Amino acid sequence: MNSFTFTQAPGVAAAVREHAAHEGAAYLGGGTNLVDLMKENVARPAHLIGLKHLPLAAIESTPDGGLRLGALATNADTAYHPEVEKRYPLLAQAILAGASPQLRNMATNGGNLLQRTRCYYFYDLATPCNKREPGSGCSAIGGYNRVCGILGTSESCIATHPSDMCVALAALEAVVRVSGPNGERTIEFADFHRLPGDTPERDNNLQKGELITALDLPANGFSQRFSYLKLRDRSSYAFALVSVAAALELDGNTITAARLALGGVAHKPWRDPEAEALLIGQPATADTFGRAAARALAGARGYGPNTFKIELARRAVVRALRQATEMTPAPDDNAFQNSNP
Amino acid sequence: MSQTIARPPDIHLGTDYIGRPTSRVDGPAKVTGAAKYAAEFNVPGRYYGVVVSSPVTKGKITKIHSAPVLALPGVVQVFSHENAPALASLDKSYKDDGALGGSPFRPLHAPRILFSQQPVALVVAETFELARYAAFILKIDYEAEPHATDLETQRDAGFEPGKGKFGFQPPPAPRGNAKQAYEQAPHRHEAEYTHLAQHSNPMETFATTVEWLGDGNKLNIYDKTQGAHNVQRYITKVFGLSKDEARVVSKYTGGGFGGGLRPQYQVFMAVLAALELKHSVRVSLTRQQMFSLGHRPHTLQYLRLAADDHGALQSVRHAALAETSQFENFTEDVVSWSGLLYQCENVKLDYRLARIDANSPIDMRAPGAATGSFALECAMDELAYKAGVDPLAFRLLNYAERDQNENKPFSSKKLRECYHQGAAKFGWENRNPAPRSTREGPLLVGYGMATGCWHASQQKAAAKARLTADGRLTVSSASNDIGTGTYTIMTQIAAQTLGLPLEAVTFVLGDTSLPEAPLQGGSWTAASVGTAVKNTCDELAKKLLGLAQKMDDSPLAGVGFEDVQFVDGQIRRNDDITQSVVIRDVLQASGEEKLEVESGATPDTAKQLPYSMHSHNAVFVEVKVDEDLGTVHVTRVVNAVAAGRILNPKTARSQVLGSVVWGIGMALMEESVMDHRIGRYMNHNFAEYHIPVMADIHDIDVVLVEEEDDIVNPLGVKGIGEVGLLGVAAAVANAVYHATGKRVRDLPVSIDKLL
Repeated sequence: MNSFTFTQAPGVAAAVREHAAHEGAAYLGGGTNLVDLMKENVARPAHLIGLKHLPLAAIESTPDGGLRLGALATNADTAYHPEVEKRYPLLAQAILAGASPQLRNMATNGGNLLQRTRCYYFYDLATPCNKREPGSGCSAIGGYNRVCGILGTSESCIATHPSDMCVALAALEAVVRVSGPNGERTIEFADFHRLPGDTPERDNNLQKGELITALDLPANGFSQRFSYLKLRDRSSYAFALVSVAAALELDGNTITAARLALGGVAHKPWRDPEAEALLIGQPATADTFGRAAARALAGARGYGPNTFKIELARRAVVRALRQATEMTPAPDDNAFQNSNP
Repeated sequence: MSQTIARPPDIHLGTDYIGRPTSRVDGPAKVTGAAKYAAEFNVPGRYYGVVVSSPVTKGKITKIHSAPVLALPGVVQVFSHENAPALASLDKSYKDDGALGGSPFRPLHAPRILFSQQPVALVVAETFELARYAAFILKIDYEAEPHATDLETQRDAGFEPGKGKFGFQPPPAPRGNAKQAYEQAPHRHEAEYTHLAQHSNPMETFATTVEWLGDGNKLNIYDKTQGAHNVQRYITKVFGLSKDEARVVSKYTGGGFGGGLRPQYQVFMAVLAALELKHSVRVSLTRQQMFSLGHRPHTLQYLRLAADDHGALQSVRHAALAETSQFENFTEDVVSWSGLLYQCENVKLDYRLARIDANSPIDMRAPGAATGSFALECAMDELAYKAGVDPLAFRLLNYAERDQNENKPFSSKKLRECYHQGAAKFGWENRNPAPRSTREGPLLVGYGMATGCWHASQQKAAAKARLTADGRLTVSSASNDIGTGTYTIMTQIAAQTLGLPLEAVTFVLGDTSLPEAPLQGGSWTAASVGTAVKNTCDELAKKLLGLAQKMDDSPLAGVGFEDVQFVDGQIRRNDDITQSVVIRDVLQASGEEKLEVESGATPDTAKQLPYSMHSHNAVFVEVKVDEDLGTVHVTRVVNAVAAGRILNPKTARSQVLGSVVWGIGMALMEESVMDHRIGRYMNHNFAEYHIPVMADIHDIDVVLVEEEDDIVNPLGVKGIGEVGLLGVAAAVANAVYHATGKRVRDLPVSIDKLL
């Protein structure tokens, strides 16, 4: 771990000013990812700005019928908030599919967006990684890339964004509110994270010194038909190999609105408007779901150890859409919930 | 969950503790944090050492740029091959009790790099944070050379290792003609079974705190190990210290699983730094560095079996090729089980090693057997299907009544009872044998079973017992409790032997100032240390009887040791239990402050030699598979184990539960995956090296099958720390086949392999 200085910011404006005043500054939320990265010597901030005194932990309704999630509300408090449970159960489900209770108790909503990839090579300083050391090369391409991306990858990086929460936020079309040296602005969720391109060191479109203050959820939470399906190497406390957030509205058996986002497959939560469009006006059947899934994975590319993700993701999309339609719990949850001794 | 126990727990049995479910005597210390582990001895003023690991897999160090690091205030020293003192020069000085054939790795000895993450330097500083920072910025120049780390590319480079490691026997000579019998048999199966390296990763990472006591070179070495004396011998030989100078203490061990059978490099480094700096030093490894230690080796196994039309096994061929390092031959018994578990006249077994540029493997829970039984038991399942016989019936049909490898009878073998009791509890008879025949909603349901077998062995051990006038008994032996329950069962044995309440008995272990015990491994501690404790307490009891007989008007006057019993705090005559003496009164009447005996036990080899001594188990598993998504849940496990006398059904059951969890991890998750371009395990952390979490574990039912054995040792115990793991991975893979019709022969059975 680098030597670093630390201050506890009293407010948003002070935090932003503090950031601008220090080269190599970083905001510290729950610290569940940043502190880890510092211990691994992957992140080396010279100055940390503690955020815990900032008044950003509230979760409250907005005038347009939506819900504002404070950036410093913990993942746990968000997932178990009655308004989230009632109006945005897809989000609650996605949050609870991630990490462990201990981590969710510490992790903040803003920090969740900013967690960094779990690509093996990013974490291992003995190996080149363009995301960690721009220009050094991508070890994952041609290497052990089981966890890496199949969509939107580039020659310089095939890392994925590891969040579950963000997959639901993408599907729900949340808006990210930020405050920075140039004042406040909002960023559509789809525009928040970036594809790696030739600048994989940049995970998102925040400008230097910008601080996430809140996430705004639109009024429609798709609370009637939704599913968050996460596939991983064990039943809990593992990052997604593939995850799918699916949300539908039906008129009879005809799909009138559809949202589909994939996790574990790309540098950002992956949405494909064309795949969603293929669902609209169609009957909620396996054929329809299959067509949308095929479209969503049409541009996918495997890199060897991760090639199975293409087929897995296709099947996961079909399953998630079916679960959303039928509002049946995932068979895993259903079959095993009473099995524990 | 249920358990079969020798005696129901609700009957008051006084001080007859052996066989009674007994909670861990060290439990409160563990859950309150009073139990101190190696890195928790906060000796005053200690320095912290952080190990620097090589990013290079093969090559040499050309320069270590220590100066900028040493310039940091608070950094004390950077140790490397450049400045390490001259130590013992011969390989034999570095050979510990668990050493392998070959030349042991010497940390900080030479610029040569033999494996990725090899320790190359130790940065010592006044604080841990500073040491870690300094280790990060320490610049080291390397000259890398091409490496080879993939066993797959070394298939033709295998060699027969011969002997080497203590206890290892090369496979038995072939019997009959396996090739001919195979070719003539109507039902045949051949396949390759594989798994990559696995790292045992006990929760407590390896760590050592060395307390510098001055007075010459006196050290207290608090080490994470499975053998305090082993570490002491190594340290004294390597550093030229006397035993008096190097006391090794290991009171609590947060999991061992074999990793602590050899002194690991952190103890070498901590001692080196303490001696050089004349200062207390602590060195702890990171989780990532745990992947630089030994591991269950990547192994390729070829199985070829044949049966006749009645399902009788006609031919067994089992050949294994396993990785070892460039400098040592790691050997384990992978294939002999295939000549032992089933009756067969035509058997050919081979075991070969091939060198790769990785650290030497090390024993990992049920070493060899976990690997070999996975392959054998999957192959038996496959052949059972080809022969059209139920997998359980197939095993019963080919039941070995005799050890054909050694041509000896078994000292005891209740495997048949394991099969019957396990199958009954599991409901095996409800199984429709056809693959893909059972569905539950969208899930495919599969039943699988498998068998395991492990050595029942006893090693030489010593113990000391001291009874004080207050009626308290302290028994000690430098054994270890790696979570197995050693503290508890030794307390039970001692308490019962002397007829004292558990609360009056303390067992002390993990300290080289105590009588020597063997390495805590091989499932032999209960047999070895248990017998030593029993003998020692018996001798103390005899002395006590002598004193009791000298008491005024002693009701025990003139009776022999066989004619009395030590029960409920009294010595009583067998012929009239009302004629008794209270034990606490004996010492007080004698005027002695304490009564002390040091004794031990050695195996009765004359008695044991004519017999083959093994524990056995039968595992039955239910899986539910979501075929579309490739997910597998192990929803039910019944593990029936025959392991001789069960000293403590509660801790024994915990051992088997832990084994099943381990086996589920082995079946579905565990693998250390190398990037062979780099020669490095890439998932070297707990986020990406998966072991089961609570949500992966469902019903586990342990059946402890009654088994009497007066050959193995006077206590009749066989040990239970390893046998429970055997068969689990195979049973899961077999159940997955039954559910899906797919055979996965390379572990783990992960999502991608079932799509």
